[in-house]
Amino acid sequence: MRKTNDLILQTVTKVISFIIILFSIHLFFAGHYTPGGGFIGGLMTAAALVLLLLAYDIKTLDNILPFDYKLMTAAGLLIAVLTAAGSLLFNVPFFTHAYDYFDLPLLGETSLHTAVLFDIGVYMVVIGITMTIIQTIGESE
Amino acid sequence: MINLPLLPILIPLLAGVILMFFPKRIKAQRTISIISTVATIAAAVVLIAEIRQNGIQTLNLGSWPAPFGIPLVSDMLSALLVLTTGIVTLAVIWYSIYYLEDEYERYFYYIAVQFLMVGLNGAFTTGDIFNMFVFFEVFLISSYLLIVLGGKKAQLRESVKYVLINVISSALFVSAVAYLYGVVGTLNMADISVKIAELNDPGIITVIAIFFLLVFGLKGAIFPLYFWLPGSYHAPPIPVLALFGALLTKVGVYAIMRTYTLFFYHDTGYTHMILGVLALLSIVIGSIGALAYRDVKMIIIYNIIIAVGVILYGVAVMTPDGLEGAVFYLLHDMIIKTALFLLVGIMMAIAGSSHLKSMGGMIKDYPLIGWTYFVATLSLAGIPPLSGFIGKLLIVRGGFGAGEMIGPLIILGSSLIVLYSAMKIFTNGFWGTPKEYTGAKAHLASRLWIPAAVLMVIAISYGVGAEAVRPFITQAVEPLIDPAIYIEAVLKE
Repeated sequence: MRKTNDLILQTVTKVISFIIILFSIHLFFAGHYTPGGGFIGGLMTAAALVLLLLAYDIKTLDNILPFDYKLMTAAGLLIAVLTAAGSLLFNVPFFTHAYDYFDLPLLGETSLHTAVLFDIGVYMVVIGITMTIIQTIGESE
Repeated sequence: MINLPLLPILIPLLAGVILMFFPKRIKAQRTISIISTVATIAAAVVLIAEIRQNGIQTLNLGSWPAPFGIPLVSDMLSALLVLTTGIVTLAVIWYSIYYLEDEYERYFYYIAVQFLMVGLNGAFTTGDIFNMFVFFEVFLISSYLLIVLGGKKAQLRESVKYVLINVISSALFVSAVAYLYGVVGTLNMADISVKIAELNDPGIITVIAIFFLLVFGLKGAIFPLYFWLPGSYHAPPIPVLALFGALLTKVGVYAIMRTYTLFFYHDTGYTHMILGVLALLSIVIGSIGALAYRDVKMIIIYNIIIAVGVILYGVAVMTPDGLEGAVFYLLHDMIIKTALFLLVGIMMAIAGSSHLKSMGGMIKDYPLIGWTYFVATLSLAGIPPLSGFIGKLLIVRGGFGAGEMIGPLIILGSSLIVLYSAMKIFTNGFWGTPKEYTGAKAHLASRLWIPAAVLMVIAISYGVGAEAVRPFITQAVEPLIDPAIYIEAVLKE
C-alpha cells in the first residue's frame, strides 16, 4: 500500500479535537437550562475520539486514552442506577432528585442537582457504547 | 418501604450492571445471577403478601403525582407474573450452568438474562403506556443478543428475521401510542381509561384498539401474525428457547389483557369479537403445526401458539369466569412450557438431535426423566389434578356462560391434539427399542433433570393446591373486571 502523508489532517486534528471536546463538555453542563445534556454531550465527545481515530489509528488512540470502553459503559450505568437508587435510602420514591444552592469558591452561587450525576452516567454510557461499536467494527477482519 | 413495587426491576438491573464489570469470570457470573434472581423472587413474594393485605401498590417515580409522572402499579396480576418470571428465570439459569459451554457463558449470556428480566418485570409492573414500550425494548434488545449468541448459521439467519419483525412491530407500537396520545392527550394508563370513558367517540378508539391488537399480536404470536415464531424459536439453544417460549410471548398476552380490560371495554361487540376469532384461529393453526412435525422442539413451539390462543379466548369472552381462567392458565403455561422445553432439551442432549427418528427407548436408561415428561404432558393437556385443568375449565365455562358454543368446543378439541402431540414425543422417544445415542452431553442428563423437576413440583402443587391459589387469582381478576379499582388506586381521587 502506498504510504500517504497525513500531516495536515493530523495537525488540524490536534487542535480541533480539543475544541470539540470542550464544546461537548459545555453542551453537557448546559443541559439543565438550555438545549444539550448527557446524550448529545457524550455523542460529541465520542465524535472527537472518532476524529482522532480517523487521523491516527486504533493503536495510537489506545496509547493516549487507555480506556476499556465496555467498562466505561458499565460504570456509567452503575452511576445512573445508583443515583436513582440513592432515593431508596431516604425512603422516598425511586428517581426523586434533590438540589440546593451552594457557594463555590470560583463559580459563586451555583445550584447543584443530583440530576447531573444521572447525566454523567448517561454521558459515559453514550461514549462507551459509541466507541465500543466503532472499535469492534474497526478491529474485525 | 414504599419502593417495594420497584425492587423486582431494580435488583436484576443492578446485578446486570455489576456483572458487566467482569464478563469473563464465569463462576462469579453464575453466583451473582443466581443470588439476584433469588432476591427478585423474594421481593415478589413480599410484594404479593403486601398486595394481598393492602390492595394495589402504586409508586410514583420521582415523587411526581400520578397523571404527570410515571407510576409503577403492582396489582395482583402483575405481581404474580413477576413472581412466575423469577421462578422460570431461576430454573433456566440453573439449567444453563450445566447445559451451556464456557465459551457461551463468557460472552454476556447472564447479563442478557438479567436485563431480559428487567424488561419483563418492568413491562408487567408499569402504569404508563410509553414506559411499557421502553421496557418492551429493554427485553427485546436482550433477546436479540440471546438469539444470535453463538453465531451458528441458522441463528444468524433467524435473528435477522426476528429483529426485522420486532423492529416493525415496535415502530407500530410507537405509532399506536402516538394515535392514542393524539386522541386522549395522556400516557398514564389509568388516566387514559378515564379519558376514553369521557370521550364518547367509539369510532377512533376502536381503530386504535385494533392497532394495539396488531402490535401486541405480533409480539404474542396470534393467528395471522405468528409466522415469524416457529423459525426464530427453533434457532437458539434450549435454555434461551425456554426463556423465550415461556416469557416473551406471554408479555404480549399480558399487554392485550391489560389494554382490552382497562382501555377498550366500551365497544366490546367489535373488538372482542375479533380478538376471540383470532384466538380461536391461533388454536387451530397451532394444533395443525403441533400435529404436523416430528421434531421435538417444533411440537412444543406450536404448543405455545395454542396456549396463547386459549388464554386470549378467555380474555375475549370478558366474563369473570373467562378472565379468571385466563389468569390461571397464563401462570400455569409459563411454568409448564419452561419445564417441557427443559425436558425436551435433555432428550436432545442425550440423542444429539432434535428429531424423533433418532430417539427411542430412553425410559430404560432414564426412567426419572421419562416419567417427569409424562406428568408434564398430562399437565399441559389439563388432566384434572394437575395444573392445566382449572384454567381451561374456567375458560370453557366462561365461554359457555357467554352463550358461545364453537369457541369452548374448539378449546376442548385442542386439548386432545395437545395431548396427542406431546404424547407423541413420549411414546416415540421414551418407549420402543433403544437407539445409538450420539449426544455429547448425555452424562449431564441427571443434573439437567433437577431444575426441570423443581418446576414440575411447582406446577403440580399449583394444580393440586388450586384452592389455596384461588383467592390470589380472584384478587388479580378484580381490576380486570372493574377498571375503576385500578383507576382509583393510581389516581387516588
